[in-house]
Amino acid sequence: MPIIHIDNKPYEVKEGKNLLEACLSLGLNLPYFCWHPALGSVGACRQCAVKVFKDEDDKKGRIVMSCMEPVKDNLRMSVDDSDAKSFREHVIGWLMTNHPHDCAVCDEGGSCHLQDMTVMTGHAYRDYRFTKRTYSNQYLGPFLNHEMNRCIQCYRCVRFYKDFAGGKDLDVFAAHNHVYFGRQQDGTLESEFSGNLAEICPTGVFTDKTLKEHYTRKWDMTSAPSVCQGCGLGCNIIAGERYGTVRQITNRFNGDVNGYFLCDRGRYGYEFVNSKDRIKAPMVRHSPAEGSNGIPLMQHIRSKIVSKKVIGIGSPRASLESNFVLKQLVGADNFYLGVSAADHSLVSLALKILQQGPVRAASLQEAAAADAVLILGEDVTNTAPMLALSVRQAVRRIPVEQAINNVHVPAWQDAAVREAVQDSKGPLYILNVLETKLDELAKGAYHTAPDNIARIGFGVSHLLSDKMPEVTGMSDQGKAIAQEIATTLKNAKNPLIIAGYGSGSEAVIKAAANVAWALHDLGIDAMLTFTVPECNSMGLEMLGGHRLDTAMDQVLHDAVDTAIILENDLYRRLNHHTANHFFKSIKDIILLDHLYNPTAEKATVLLPAGTFAESDGTLVNNESRAQRFFQVFTPGTDVQESWRWLLQAGVATGNASLAGLVHLDDVVSAIARTCKVFAGIDTLTPGAGFRIAGQKIPREPHRYSGRTAMQADVNVSEPKPPEDSDTALSFTMEGYRGTPPSAMIPFFWSPGWNSVQSVNKFQVETGGALRDGNPGKRLIAPNVNGHTPFFTQVPEPFLPLAGHLLLVPLHHIYGSEELSVHTPGIAERMPAPYIMLHSEDAKRFQVAEGYLLHFIENGHHYTLPVIINDTLQQGAAGIPVGLPNMEIAEAPQLIKI
Amino acid sequence: MERPLTQHIPASGAALHIKEYEAVGGYTALRKVLQEFTPAEVTARVKDADLKGRGGAGFSTGMKWSFVPMNVSGPKYLVANADEMEPGTFKDRWLLEGNPHQLLEGMIISAYAIQATQAFVFLRWAYKDAAREMNKAIADAYAAGYLGKNILGKNYSLEMQLHTGVGRYMCGEETALLNSLEGKRAIPRAKPPFPQVSGLFGKPTIVNNVETLSFIPHIMNNGGDWFKSLSHTADGGTKIYGVSGQVNNPGAWELPMGVTMRELLEEHAGGMKNGFRFRGALPGGASTDFLTDAHMDVKMDFAGVAAAGSRLGTGTMVVLDDHTCPVGFVHNLEHFFAQESCGFCTPCREGLPWTEKILYALEQGHGTYADLDQLDMHTKLLGPGNTFCALAPGAMEPLQSALKYFREDFEQHIKEKKCPYAHHSH
Repeated sequence: MPIIHIDNKPYEVKEGKNLLEACLSLGLNLPYFCWHPALGSVGACRQCAVKVFKDEDDKKGRIVMSCMEPVKDNLRMSVDDSDAKSFREHVIGWLMTNHPHDCAVCDEGGSCHLQDMTVMTGHAYRDYRFTKRTYSNQYLGPFLNHEMNRCIQCYRCVRFYKDFAGGKDLDVFAAHNHVYFGRQQDGTLESEFSGNLAEICPTGVFTDKTLKEHYTRKWDMTSAPSVCQGCGLGCNIIAGERYGTVRQITNRFNGDVNGYFLCDRGRYGYEFVNSKDRIKAPMVRHSPAEGSNGIPLMQHIRSKIVSKKVIGIGSPRASLESNFVLKQLVGADNFYLGVSAADHSLVSLALKILQQGPVRAASLQEAAAADAVLILGEDVTNTAPMLALSVRQAVRRIPVEQAINNVHVPAWQDAAVREAVQDSKGPLYILNVLETKLDELAKGAYHTAPDNIARIGFGVSHLLSDKMPEVTGMSDQGKAIAQEIATTLKNAKNPLIIAGYGSGSEAVIKAAANVAWALHDLGIDAMLTFTVPECNSMGLEMLGGHRLDTAMDQVLHDAVDTAIILENDLYRRLNHHTANHFFKSIKDIILLDHLYNPTAEKATVLLPAGTFAESDGTLVNNESRAQRFFQVFTPGTDVQESWRWLLQAGVATGNASLAGLVHLDDVVSAIARTCKVFAGIDTLTPGAGFRIAGQKIPREPHRYSGRTAMQADVNVSEPKPPEDSDTALSFTMEGYRGTPPSAMIPFFWSPGWNSVQSVNKFQVETGGALRDGNPGKRLIAPNVNGHTPFFTQVPEPFLPLAGHLLLVPLHHIYGSEELSVHTPGIAERMPAPYIMLHSEDAKRFQVAEGYLLHFIENGHHYTLPVIINDTLQQGAAGIPVGLPNMEIAEAPQLIKI
Repeated sequence: MERPLTQHIPASGAALHIKEYEAVGGYTALRKVLQEFTPAEVTARVKDADLKGRGGAGFSTGMKWSFVPMNVSGPKYLVANADEMEPGTFKDRWLLEGNPHQLLEGMIISAYAIQATQAFVFLRWAYKDAAREMNKAIADAYAAGYLGKNILGKNYSLEMQLHTGVGRYMCGEETALLNSLEGKRAIPRAKPPFPQVSGLFGKPTIVNNVETLSFIPHIMNNGGDWFKSLSHTADGGTKIYGVSGQVNNPGAWELPMGVTMRELLEEHAGGMKNGFRFRGALPGGASTDFLTDAHMDVKMDFAGVAAAGSRLGTGTMVVLDDHTCPVGFVHNLEHFFAQESCGFCTPCREGLPWTEKILYALEQGHGTYADLDQLDMHTKLLGPGNTFCALAPGAMEPLQSALKYFREDFEQHIKEKKCPYAHHSH
């Protein structure tokens, strides 16, 4: 490793880095703006100036930008040099000439990188005596506020939005000191990753609009490390609360998962926690539980369970702990997975493939480093948005490697690398039922029915390995596509195959597995990513239980008395008709959930279940990574974790298998002990007894204000703060101020670093893993035993059928997920229900755009407005999945029109 | 005295058309090169002539070409930088309007030397006549077989296109020019990588000034020694010098490299107009330091002007007289530079408007002594290396030298709370 001398002290640093990265990784404070660990260097802001010297005798030196200078052995540099310091101070001075100095009314104040850097450079006196330039701001949609006067022109926003995330509607306009960062005209930012601008922007130009609705300073928030509930990828988040409402979600860096970024569903989908539709108190037959009947709640529940035929229905959006406790409470024989038949089949298949096959599931960061990507039947931007961001990076891997070799520039010199790369892209092939946003990056994008996608996938696997089944009757075009894809994958080092729940097709998932396995047999380090629908779909499947459709059989044959439903709206799992029948056939429904929903209407006992923000628990993501989320705040109502309600029910009913389980650690240990697949989840985070220097880890910053006053309207005596008996986090500002274990970081803060940029201080090196490793634990290891399984059943080709349409599911980042639609901004961006047809099919059925199409599925009548999209496979009809007020139809399946 | 670049340009300044150009020996160099020279031999001859870039930086042209990797596949580009926007500079215009084929021939030979597949002329938007003449010249060159597939029947092909800019001074900087040519914002690029390795569309590219390229046919025909012999000094060749300001005979002349400032001003520009006294001059365009009376015998070549504390730049001199306020003069310049800053790096984007505002305040009689400190500080802080490209350091050159040579004028503005030249000021 090279040695560099910083202010005459030798330091060992990593080769291939720039001087800024080297300094920050060493823990030195050096101010910067335009550099970002995920975006690299461009040298625009000139803030990170240091001096370098030719040799020991050179006393004069020259000022360079540390972000643009590579580490070299024996290099001599100075951070403290007075010229460099003075220059850095003046850079702030220049930036401040037009900055409005409106920190007091700026949402960024207190978590502002510009504030931090200003203080760091020592700039304190304003000597610019002229007028400031001003800008008009733009309306950018429901997620971001725009205040251009604060802009310091670091160019990070456009570099993230356009270059990194592939957005097209944010740009830089005009020149000199009038440069303007915004849209061509007012309007909603189109990118699914726009919310990251709030964190990328070093000051208050782009700020979180949902936070603005219920604003509070970062230092006034009680925060906890959490895991996103928005999809199956398990991005790490920090949720902040004040006065009983969640105010903001920010990124929680995890080098293996989401890195520095989140999607907009994940960032903004939290407002269901604050919804007026929250269930806040236990209800019995729609009346408060402790009301007129006078029977204590638990006694009532006991009467519904003891000596009764009880079934439990788990949930893919509830924690492992809650599902586990329910399973124990009702017994494994009576535990059903609360997911639709289709989702059950798809996720259990994906799980089986990961458990039994030799190919590993890719993390998001591994996916971003793939050198060839094949996507089968998946619109990842909508089904697993952050995976799309990874794919956007993966297609750059080969061109970037080539650029680095040809032009001899380091990877971090972003502008030069992008210049050399131009528009060249590494191999990406997408087969989907219709166009996707990633098609623009693809070497090949083909739109066809799920079974045809599967056939091409099988065809690819056969070309890679004779062992894989042959596809008969493939069209010449299909053969050519398969051949091109097979050749490409064969030449890759780390190819990634993506499939999942998106197409609703098991055959597609099997084809993906065959391709990955065939590559594995060729000695290629292939990876698989299966998307799963919900935040704990994989965990629930691993826990195991009966299919929900078999619950119906049991209800019909066995006369079930009571169903305990965990965090689930069965109207999203079963068709309307079946769900109604189910509820009619059972006497008592005990529902634990967050929000009033159609299932809550049917509940005879309704228990207020804590959301992620009011609960501790564990989720398992699509790659089988178990991750712990921590309670953010105590709601001050009857709301509590589902697992706690169920443990209380266990006590009330004298359930032996739950005996002695009280706290989170008890439940986690019980899971780790009793379920082999979850071995090790008790080591995800230190337990409740963990202390550093005898202290807990505070959820509140030491500047948290108002504690003595915030409840003074009730009682002038400050109440005793709530205690957290489940975890080593405290609900107060008291506790250990140093770096907590990586899985327990409630907020990123370091002295002098109040903004999210302080994450540097928590990493082993800038952009690297968190200090004691990225949190989470992958539960499934690839089964490498020399024997590679494979699927043999190739589906028949899909051909349009007279009088029929093949219903195919279409997913929407805004709308398809149950809870996030309770955020008004997300609801605003949700599509209205529709049925999508190819124009030829529209002709066939004599309809046009906007016409209402009527069809019957499973005895149920649907009438939907038609939208036309000619990239859709002919003979197929797309319907959106999961939109509120839209009853579910099983897809894919043939329907008669 | 030989004037290879301008000898055939008619006094009217009208363009030499293809037949006229051929009649005076035009395209013989190209013919000779394609028949007799390997690309490496062309580069070697240019190196031998020690031709230095006439755009302002004075870098060795042959050296620049030799950095182009020759054994890589894919396109390579040659670009003529005809975006002449340096205030007070009009030398390339003369060549563009008067002898477009000379430039084309130079470009084709240069393109051959680096085995470029495509050439561009990046022309200043305001040069409407030049645009017309260049378009015609390119079309005529295609028709005559000097451009296109298999030039003159040889195994070398080159396409050429004229691109007119939209009027950003920044595009004179070669990497910003390349960005603009790609359809991107005209912001400079970090070097390395140099355009010779990663230029237009990330491919090896040479950008040369019009005057530089126009020399190439003559060097090919007459050799390096001839080229060196044209000059009075170590920097070879002739140079187009220009003078503007209150002189009797403002204009541009092709002269041996290294004439003295006195010779230029008195012999060619005819000395100061009656009633005007010489106070100083920017020797090579707006972004060079003032020279004064004390520098009259400075030899106007790259080394000579540098030794006097300024730069030869474009070689076109702007004269400051005693009726013009030096503060107003530099205010005008800083206004230009502040406006032409691309807005990419902080010191330039924010520092230049600051200096402009201070200078304006001084002119309006609102100046303070602290303002002078601010100006001094900016001239130091906006130095090379501190900013992303050379625009701001160039902008500071007239200011820092004005503060040095005309300090009493600045102080007088503050003391008298007005511009003492008010009747002449802007």
